[in-house]
Amino acid sequence: MSLLSIQNLTVEFSTPDGVVRAVNNLSFDIQPGQTVGLVGESGSGKSVTSLAAMRLIPNPPGKITSGKILFEGEDLVQASEARMREIRGNDIAMIFQEPMTSLNPVFTVGNQICETLMLHKSMNKKEAWARAIELLDQVGIPDPQRSIAKYPHEMSGGQKQRVMIAMAIACEPKLLICDEPTTALDVTIQKQVLELMFDLQKKYNMGMLFITHDLGVIADIADDVVVMYRSNLVEQSTTKNIFTEAKHPYTKGLLACRPALDKNPERLLTVSDFMDDDGNEIKVNEERTKKVDKVYKVDKEKNPVLLEVNNLRVQFPIKGGIFGRTVDHFVAVNDVSFKLRKGMTLGLVGESGCGKTTLGRSLLRLIEPAAGQVIYDGIEITKLDKKQMRAMRSKIQIIFQDPYSSLNPRMTVGEILMEPMNLHNIGANKAERVEKAKWLMNKVGLLESQLSRYPHEFSGGQRQRISIARALAVNPEFIICDESVSALDVSVQAQVLNLLLDLQEEFGLTYIFISHDLSVVNFISDEVAVMNQGKFVEVDKANEVYLKPKEEYTKRLLSAIPKGIPKELLAEQA
Amino acid sequence: MNSSWNYIIRRILYLIPVLLGVCFLIFILFNVVAGDPVYLLLGKHASVEQAAELREQLGLNKPLFMQYLDVVKSAFTFDFGRSWSTKQEISSMMIQGAIPSLTLTIPAFVISTILSVLFAILVAFYRGKGIDLFIRVTCICMMSISVLVYILVFQNYLAYEFGLFEISGYEYGFPDFVPYVILPIIIWVVLTLGPDIRFYRTMILDEIYQDYVRTARAKGLNEKKVMLKHVLRNAMIPIVTYTVVQLPFLLLGSLLLESFFSIPGLGGMTITALNSSDFPVLKAMTILSAIGIAVFTLIQDILYTVVDPRVKLQ
Repeated sequence: MSLLSIQNLTVEFSTPDGVVRAVNNLSFDIQPGQTVGLVGESGSGKSVTSLAAMRLIPNPPGKITSGKILFEGEDLVQASEARMREIRGNDIAMIFQEPMTSLNPVFTVGNQICETLMLHKSMNKKEAWARAIELLDQVGIPDPQRSIAKYPHEMSGGQKQRVMIAMAIACEPKLLICDEPTTALDVTIQKQVLELMFDLQKKYNMGMLFITHDLGVIADIADDVVVMYRSNLVEQSTTKNIFTEAKHPYTKGLLACRPALDKNPERLLTVSDFMDDDGNEIKVNEERTKKVDKVYKVDKEKNPVLLEVNNLRVQFPIKGGIFGRTVDHFVAVNDVSFKLRKGMTLGLVGESGCGKTTLGRSLLRLIEPAAGQVIYDGIEITKLDKKQMRAMRSKIQIIFQDPYSSLNPRMTVGEILMEPMNLHNIGANKAERVEKAKWLMNKVGLLESQLSRYPHEFSGGQRQRISIARALAVNPEFIICDESVSALDVSVQAQVLNLLLDLQEEFGLTYIFISHDLSVVNFISDEVAVMNQGKFVEVDKANEVYLKPKEEYTKRLLSAIPKGIPKELLAEQA
Repeated sequence: MNSSWNYIIRRILYLIPVLLGVCFLIFILFNVVAGDPVYLLLGKHASVEQAAELREQLGLNKPLFMQYLDVVKSAFTFDFGRSWSTKQEISSMMIQGAIPSLTLTIPAFVISTILSVLFAILVAFYRGKGIDLFIRVTCICMMSISVLVYILVFQNYLAYEFGLFEISGYEYGFPDFVPYVILPIIIWVVLTLGPDIRFYRTMILDEIYQDYVRTARAKGLNEKKVMLKHVLRNAMIPIVTYTVVQLPFLLLGSLLLESFFSIPGLGGMTITALNSSDFPVLKAMTILSAIGIAVFTLIQDILYTVVDPRVKLQ
């Protein structure tokens, strides 16, 4: 008997615009001790499926309208609410994507782990506390005796996710559902957490449903893969088969759109290269897949230096004493120097907190540097007064990570695009600016008619295109992309990366590309700087850094990237 | 802990410049802009000698800077002199007035806060269901009726017709004051219940859709536990903020209710002082409210660290 058997599951949500089918006639099985990967982009219905298995779909508006969810033969769709509460946390446990928000901020982690134990294992407070310490130890939290009394905000992201795992395995569940458990984590932390989950699964012989949009992670962990696209299951097979002989064009597209370290295509393939809007397969244009040595073309090497940074230092004050005087400094960027030639892309990689975002912002003086020089095109930016700096800002633009919060929700796209033009006196009159806004929309692959719409009417990828268009509105020469594609699905990410490269080619733009995703940085950059604790660890041409890393830290980072090759294949290759 | 004490001491020291500023505003308002109050006190037909004598008495013939120092001195010593109209010591008037005010405002505030939080939990728990709708509609209705209607109807029926409580007035000492304050307390509660329930409901619902609530449900906790432990504890953060900022106003009494029910509290005292241009009393009340607001803002910040472990005083 299967541990979990989902049969013809359909979930519908009633919205003001009518009923939306989030999951359509879905069926798959999980055996004890087996890991099934559920893959799809945002909105494909994969998270809803996982919540359905726990009967946690918010109702209203969501409702399981048909199908069965058999857990050890018992149909959970028909089970009473009281029975479901017995199962939740005890037989089926769940780990969520955002460890930051998934833990209750006002209770200690110990309190939150004990809650499960006291509920299902009828332990008293003392027994539960002792067991919770064991669990924290098991998931690799340092000094569990003391850590148990900490609040979530006193822990790092990786530690919080370990606490979530400890909470989930507390009652030794038979099935563990993981909804994008590592997406919010750095690559090195992701590797550790995946290894931990893999070990625990073996130890407790848990069945596991692993939801992700990242096929690279799936290859490392899953036995079987279920691919969902627009609420439907489009392909289901063993992991090895999916990676070697994917049948559905969407799966092929997903596999192709993730930048790989060993390939250097001119542009990334996207799902739309494999499939039209109606889901029909189309012939792939082979031209686009061919490997090219785009990195560090010789002609770029002769370009003049556009940006020169000398001994830049950025620090934040630590306050103390009765009058809150500055007693010390936290150095976020420490003695960083580099040169960037016109038309080139410098990739900036490192783990969270390494100072890469601070460095990016201090170049624009959004954060004032404490020492050092930033020379842009011969002008020392660090010496400019406010007015001169404002003029300079039209040449240097920044695109932020979150396309949701960096666009004003009360302005139309047209207003968003024309605001910086007004500010920097670009275009002689309103008509010219409108023309320019239309032209920008075309450039980033959106429609002119969408100018009068508001940001919330667009998808995440489209919003990031709007952010790019806004940056281009003032005819910049230099753009800082701060995690600009990190919040996007892999297939959308590929489109946006291609767009950035197209624009670079057309306008001779220079980029600094900040990301924690090493594969993405490798794909887009000519040169790469690896950052750790505010310092540059290694700066070199991208393929030098990736293929022949010199520093220990770089090697560690690179080895943590999911290979994207299933275990069996790796074994065969060896 | 050390940094919290530093913070608290720093905030208490900040009170000094704040008070100096408030004194300056009071001084500008009463000593500079308001003009010469002497004829207001003596009547139009007073002689020049009488006026000069009174100015001497009130310290109004001193240089302006010295007058400012007088205001500052009164703020820091709590010696505000005598009222112009009653000739009583203002500090003892304030103590006399504070008792009726506080016996009215504190019970009213406590009852209304407890009731509205309870109702808010109830409606948040049954969100979208009939009882939620019913209570919300009732809240809107209660908010739409004018305060005067409540006062007149309650005074007429509950107090006059049925004789349940006193119509108006006040007596010092427990339990003598009780029958006098019940009616104003009821009216206070009825007035604040509507907006408060709606506000607290929003605060609770903001938390209900957070990720950690989903985690709590995924553990197998029942809705009651999810609500009372996980949701409420987080919703308490904005609720505490909202209630503490209201506390200094309790001290100042209720202007409206005190005057309608003839309760000799600070609110009524302020209104009388306003009508009779009793500058020293008004100055004293202004300083008292400034101190009250500053102190309770500090208390609010300290309470913050109690309800929210993420907040550190620095």
